[in-house]
Amino acid sequence: MQRNRWARWFAGIAVVSLVMVGCARAGATPIPAGPTTSPGASTGTPASVEPGASPSAVAAATCEGAGDKGSVKMMVNQWVGAAANVAVAQCLLQQMGVKVATSTLAEEVAWQGFETGDVDVILENWGHPDLEKKYIQETKLATDAGPMGVKGIIGWYVPKWMVDKYPDITDWNNLNKYADLFKTSESGDKGQFLGADPTFVQYDEALIANLKLNYKVIFSGSEAATITAFQSAAKNQTPLIGYFYDPQWLLNEIELVQVKLPAWTEGCDADLKKVACDYPAYTLNKIVRTKWLDAAGDAGTFIKNFKWTNADQNSVADAITNKNMKELDAAKVWIDANAATWQAWIP
Amino acid sequence: MTVAVEPHASESSAQPGMSDQPTIAVRNLWKVFGPAEARIARQSGPGPNAESVEQTVTKLGGTIAVQDVSFDVRPGEVFVVMGLSGSGKSTLVRCLTRLIEPTLGEIDLDGENIRKASQVRLRELRRQRFSMVFQNFGLLPHRRVLDNIAFGLELRGESKATRLARAQEMLGLVGLEGLADRYPEQLSGGQQQRVGLARALAGDPEVMLLDEPFSALDPLIRRDMQNEVIRLHDDLKKTMVFITHDLAEALKLGDHVMIMRAGKVVQIGRPEELVARPADAYVEDFVRDIPKSHVLTLRWVMRPATPDDPVDGPIFPSTAVIRNALHAAAGTEKPIRVIDDNRLVGVVDRASILETIAGADPG
Amino acid sequence: MTALRWRTAALADPTSARRALAVVLVIGAAIAFVLFRGQATLTHDDDFPLFRSLNGVRDVVDDNRYVLDPIRSSVASLVDVFNFAIASLGWPGIIGIAGALGLVFGGGWLAILAVTGFASLGILGLWEASMATLGLMLAAVMIAVAIGVPLGILAGRSRRASAVIAPVLDVMQIMPTFAYLTPMTLLFFIGAAPSTVATLIYAIPPAIRITALGIRGVPEATVEAATSLGATSRQVLLKVQLPLARRAIGLGINQTIMMALSMVVITAMIGAPGLGRNILSAVQKVDVGAAFDAGLAIVILAIILDRLTFAAGEWLDPRSHFTRAQTLRQRLVGWSGPAAILAAGLLAPFAVDATRFPTDITFSFRSAINQSVDWFTDSFSGITKGIKDVLTANILNPIETVLTESPWWLVVVVAMILAWYLSGRRASIIAGLCLSAIVLLGLWGHSMSTLANVLVATALTLAIGIAIGILTARSDRLRMVLRPILDAAQTMPAFVYLIPALALFDATRFTAIVAAVIYAVPPVIRLVEIGLRAVPLTIVEAATASGATERQLLWKVRLPLSQRALLLAANQGIVLVLAMVVVGALVGAGALGYDVITGLAQGKDFGKGLAAGVAIVLLGVMLDRITQGAGGRRRSTVARAG
Repeated sequence: MQRNRWARWFAGIAVVSLVMVGCARAGATPIPAGPTTSPGASTGTPASVEPGASPSAVAAATCEGAGDKGSVKMMVNQWVGAAANVAVAQCLLQQMGVKVATSTLAEEVAWQGFETGDVDVILENWGHPDLEKKYIQETKLATDAGPMGVKGIIGWYVPKWMVDKYPDITDWNNLNKYADLFKTSESGDKGQFLGADPTFVQYDEALIANLKLNYKVIFSGSEAATITAFQSAAKNQTPLIGYFYDPQWLLNEIELVQVKLPAWTEGCDADLKKVACDYPAYTLNKIVRTKWLDAAGDAGTFIKNFKWTNADQNSVADAITNKNMKELDAAKVWIDANAATWQAWIP
Repeated sequence: MTVAVEPHASESSAQPGMSDQPTIAVRNLWKVFGPAEARIARQSGPGPNAESVEQTVTKLGGTIAVQDVSFDVRPGEVFVVMGLSGSGKSTLVRCLTRLIEPTLGEIDLDGENIRKASQVRLRELRRQRFSMVFQNFGLLPHRRVLDNIAFGLELRGESKATRLARAQEMLGLVGLEGLADRYPEQLSGGQQQRVGLARALAGDPEVMLLDEPFSALDPLIRRDMQNEVIRLHDDLKKTMVFITHDLAEALKLGDHVMIMRAGKVVQIGRPEELVARPADAYVEDFVRDIPKSHVLTLRWVMRPATPDDPVDGPIFPSTAVIRNALHAAAGTEKPIRVIDDNRLVGVVDRASILETIAGADPG
Repeated sequence: MTALRWRTAALADPTSARRALAVVLVIGAAIAFVLFRGQATLTHDDDFPLFRSLNGVRDVVDDNRYVLDPIRSSVASLVDVFNFAIASLGWPGIIGIAGALGLVFGGGWLAILAVTGFASLGILGLWEASMATLGLMLAAVMIAVAIGVPLGILAGRSRRASAVIAPVLDVMQIMPTFAYLTPMTLLFFIGAAPSTVATLIYAIPPAIRITALGIRGVPEATVEAATSLGATSRQVLLKVQLPLARRAIGLGINQTIMMALSMVVITAMIGAPGLGRNILSAVQKVDVGAAFDAGLAIVILAIILDRLTFAAGEWLDPRSHFTRAQTLRQRLVGWSGPAAILAAGLLAPFAVDATRFPTDITFSFRSAINQSVDWFTDSFSGITKGIKDVLTANILNPIETVLTESPWWLVVVVAMILAWYLSGRRASIIAGLCLSAIVLLGLWGHSMSTLANVLVATALTLAIGIAIGILTARSDRLRMVLRPILDAAQTMPAFVYLIPALALFDATRFTAIVAAVIYAVPPVIRLVEIGLRAVPLTIVEAATASGATERQLLWKVRLPLSQRALLLAANQGIVLVLAMVVVGALVGAGALGYDVITGLAQGKDFGKGLAAGVAIVLLGVMLDRITQGAGGRRRSTVARAG
C-alpha cells in the first residue's frame, strides 16, 4: 500500500506540474486562437477577416474548405518526402471540399489497402513490379495514375568530407583501397557497408559480391538508423558508406555524394543474384484504387494531374523536418509560393 | 497397574451387528489415492484383503488413506474419530458424504446406501440431512455473518425472508447476537467457528460432521467451544461425528470414540473402555497420561455388594466418573453405594478409588 | 588411484556425478569445436526452398477469405463502436467520466490524477491520437476479457484444461510481439482489425493466467464447505469461486490493459491509428522530442488506467464497504461529487466545442528533449562507442564466433547437455527438438547470431538488474525514487529511446543489446528486490546475532535464500530480452529480427519472415525451459491424505 500511495503522489504531482508549466507557457507566448490572414490570401479584404470569421473566408487561408466533394484515404510512406506529397495534396483537396484521411504504412503493406478499401491513393510508388502485376493487371483493384514528377535515385553515398579528403573514393573501382577506413565492430576485417531499411528496394549484398568488393553489408534496420548514421558521420567526420536515396530531406541538411557504380542498362538487374550495375532511376508514379477513382470525380482528376519536382518535394520535406513545421503548415508555405504549379492540377 | 475390574455388563455397543438401526453404518470402507485406485475400485467380491490392496498400490503407485474401516453411529450420539495427522480421519469423514469418493465399501444413512446415491440425491442429502463444520471454518469472506449462516438455505432455494429469519435464530443459538452485519474476518477465531456451527445447524440436519472444528483455536476458547457443543448436543440431540487429534477432547465429548492409526481402526469403545482396556500398546501409550479418575466411571472400580457392607454410604450412579466421587469418599470410611434405577448394583471402596488415582497419576 | 577414488566419490553422490559428467562433456565439446570448426555451419541462403513454399501460405489464406473477412469486419466494427462512443462523448465527456470514476473508486487524489492526466494528453496536442489508441485498446481488452476470463475459469477449475492452456500461454508470452505482425497482415490485411487481434493475442495471457490463479487460490476449505452444504458445481462457481477470485480477475484485467497499451503502439506498423503512428513518424524524422511527447502520452494513459483499474478492484471488494459511509444521507453526499463532475463533463458540449481539444493551452517537451539529447550524444558518443567496441570485440564476437562456426550438431549436443545439467531430461529433449527444428527451418546461422546477442543482453540485464535490485532492497528511499522511473521505462515504447541509443552506439548489434537491457532490467530489478526482501527476518536476525557483517549477510544469507527469485528473474530477463530481438533489428542487430521485418515489408521474403518468427519462438521455448527447470518450478502433484 505504501508503495502504491507514493507512486500515486508522484504521478499526481508530475501531471499537475505538467499542466501548470503548460499554462505558464501558454500565458507567455499566446498561440493565436483563431485563424489569421496570411499574406497570400486572395479572398476578402484583410480588414474584414477577424478571428472567428465565416468559414469561406478561412478556406483559402488555411488547409480547410467547405463542401462535400467526397473523401479520399491517402497513404503516407514512411519517409518525409512522402509526407510532403500528401500534405500538399491534402491541403489543396481540402480546399476543394474533399475530406482527406491519411495513414502511414510500409510500402508493400499499403498495397493491401486497395483490397480492403483502407487506401485510395499512393502518391509516391517506387517500382514494385510484382505488386503492380498483381493489383493492376490481375485483380484490377488498382490503377496507375501516371508519374508524380519526382525522380527516385537510389545509390551508394558517402559524406562530403570524405570526398574532400579522398577525391577518388567516388569511383567504385577504388573502394577496395579504402575498405580499411570503413572497418567497424560489426564488419570484422572487411569494410562496413551500411545497408538500408528492410522495406526498401535493395540488392547491395549481391552487388558487393559480384563487384568483388571487400565489404560486408551491415543492415541499419530502419531509415532512422541510416539517417542517424549519416548525420553522425558528417558531424564527427567518421567514415561511412551506405545505401541512400534522393529525394530525402536529409540531403537538405547535410551533403552526401553518390559513388559511381557500373552504369545501369536495361535488364542488367533482371537476375538479382548476378546484378553488377547501379540502381535504375525510378520514375515515381501514383497508384489509386480503381473503385475510388471511378467515383471520385474532381478529386480523381486532381490526383491524376498532381506532378511536381524533387526540389519542390525536398523544400517541403526540409520545412517539416528541419524547420519543425507541421506538415500542413509547410505545405501551405509551398502552396503560397508556387501557385503556378498547383493551379494546373485543379480540375 | 490398573485396578480396573471387569465391568458387569459388556459395553461393546458400537460393534457391528447391533439390533437397533444405526444412523450411519460404515462397512469395509477403503480409500486409496493415486494411480492404483482405479484398479482396486474395480475389484469385485466381498472386499479385498489388505495384502492384495497393498500389492496393487506398490505396483501402480499411490497411498492407502483409509483401510477397511467399519463402524456404526447410533442416533443422537456423539461419535468421535480420533487420530494423529495422517491417520486418515479427515479423509474418512469426507468419504461419509462423498466429498471424497470412497474406493471400496458401504456407507448407509438410515439404511440408505449412500454410495449408490446419484449426484442429485447426494446433493439433496447434503442439503437436508448432513452438515459439516471445518477446521478452517470455510466461511465466505465476501458475505456478512448472517448471509454466511443462510448460505446453505440459499443453496437449497429458500426465500430470502425465510432464510434470514432462520439465520437470525441460529445466530442467537450460538450466542452471536448483534454481529449479523459483520464480515468473517472482523470476528475472532472462536466467533468464526460459532458462525460455522450456526451455518451447519441452520439447515436442521440429522447428522453433523465436525472435522477438527476447534484445532485452530486457543486452548481457553477451545474449552468454551467444547462446552458449547455439549450444550448444543444436549439441546438439539443431533447425531454428531466429531473428528479430533486431541484425546482429551475425544474423551470429553464422545459417547463412543474410534481411534485410527495409519488408516486403520485401532479401537472403538466408550471413553472409559479405551482408558481401562487399551486394545494395544499404541492406544495404551496414548491414554497413559490421561488421569484415569477423570475418565473411568464407578462401574469400573465397583465390586458386588455384600451383606456386610454398610447401607448408609454416599450414593452415586454407575456412570459417575471416579473424580466426582472422590470428595464424598474422602469424607467417610464407608464404601460408596452405586445405585442405578433405584437398584443397588455395587459398592466402591475408598481404597479402590485411591489406587486408581495413584496408579494413573504417579508422583 | 586418484582417478579411482574420484570416480567412487562421484558414484556415491549423484549430483557430483552429474556435474563431473557435464564437465567432461563440455571439455569434449571444446575439443570438438577446435577439430570441426567451420564444418557443417549451415550457411544462410535467402532462397531456402522452405521459404518459397511458406510464401504459398499466402495463397491458401487468400482462398479462404470467406472465413476471415467476417472476423475482420466484426472486429473492425467493434473498434468503430468504441471510437464512436469516445467521439460522441467529446473531450469534456471523457475527462468527466475519468474524474467521476476516480472520485468513486479512489477519492480526491485519484480524481485529480485522472482529470489532469487526460487533460495533459490534450495539452500535449495528442488528444485525437490518444483517443484512437484508447479506442483500439478498449476493443482489444474487451475481447481479451470476454475470451480470457472464461478460459481462466476453465483452467482454474480443471486440471486437464489447465494442462492444455498453460503451454499455449507459455509460447504466446515468449513469442516476440513483432512475430505476430506478419501473420496478422496475412490474415486480416492492415488497419484496425489486425491491430486489435495482434493486441488481443499479446494481452490475453494475464487475463487467463491470473483468473486461473484466482480461482485456484480460493481456499479449498471454502469450496469444500459449499459442496458439503449441497452446492452444485455451478453454485460453487457463481457463489464462491467467482466472488472470491474477483480481486484476482480485476488484477488480470489491469495487467491485460497494461499489456494491450504497449502492444497498441507497436501495431502502428500494421496501420493502427493512434499514438504509435505519431511515434513511428517521429522516429522516421529522427525527432526524439516528438517521439518523447507521444511516448509520454502512453505513459500517462498507462498510469491513469493502472491506478483507476487497481482502485476499481479494491472498490468492488464488498469488504471494503464496511468501513465506508452507511447511512443514506452520507451515501448521497458521497455520490454527489462524482455526479457533479460527470454532469459537468457531459453538459460541457453545450458550452464549448467538445469535438476538438482547445489549442489555447499547449505544451511540448519536443525541443527541450531534442536539445538535451543532442548535447548528451555530442558529449558522450566518443566514450560510449569505445565501450561498445571493447565489449563487442571481447565478449559478443567470441560468443558469436563459437556459435556460428561450430558444426550445428555440436551446438545441438552441447545445448542438450547443458539443458540436462541445469534442468533435467525433459528440458534437454525440448532443447534438442527446438534446435533441430531451427536447422530444418534453414535459419541456423541467423539463429546463432541472434542467440549470441540474446545471451550477452541477458547477462548484462542480470548483472545490472541484480546489482540495482540489491541496492533497492536495502534502501527504501532509493526504491521510492526508482519506482516511477522503472514504471515509465517499462511503459515507454522502445522506439522512443532507440534514436539516442543509435547516436551513442551506431547501428550495431550492441545498440540492440542496449535497447533490450533497458526494456528487460526493470522487472528483473523488481523480482530481485522482492526475493531479497522476502528472506525471513528470523534468519537474518539469527545471522546478525552470530556476528555477520552486512556483506556476509548479503552473500551468505540473502542471496542464497532468494535463489528461486533470482532464477525467476533470469527466466524473465531472457523472455523479455527475446521480445526485443525484432526491435533490435531496427537498430542494426540483423539476423532473425531483420528477417522478420523484411518478411513484413517485402512480399518475396514473406516465407523467410514467417520462418524467422518461428525460429525466435523456438529459441525462446528452449531458453525458457532450460531456465524454468533450473528455477525448480516443476511441481509434482501430491495426493491428499487425511
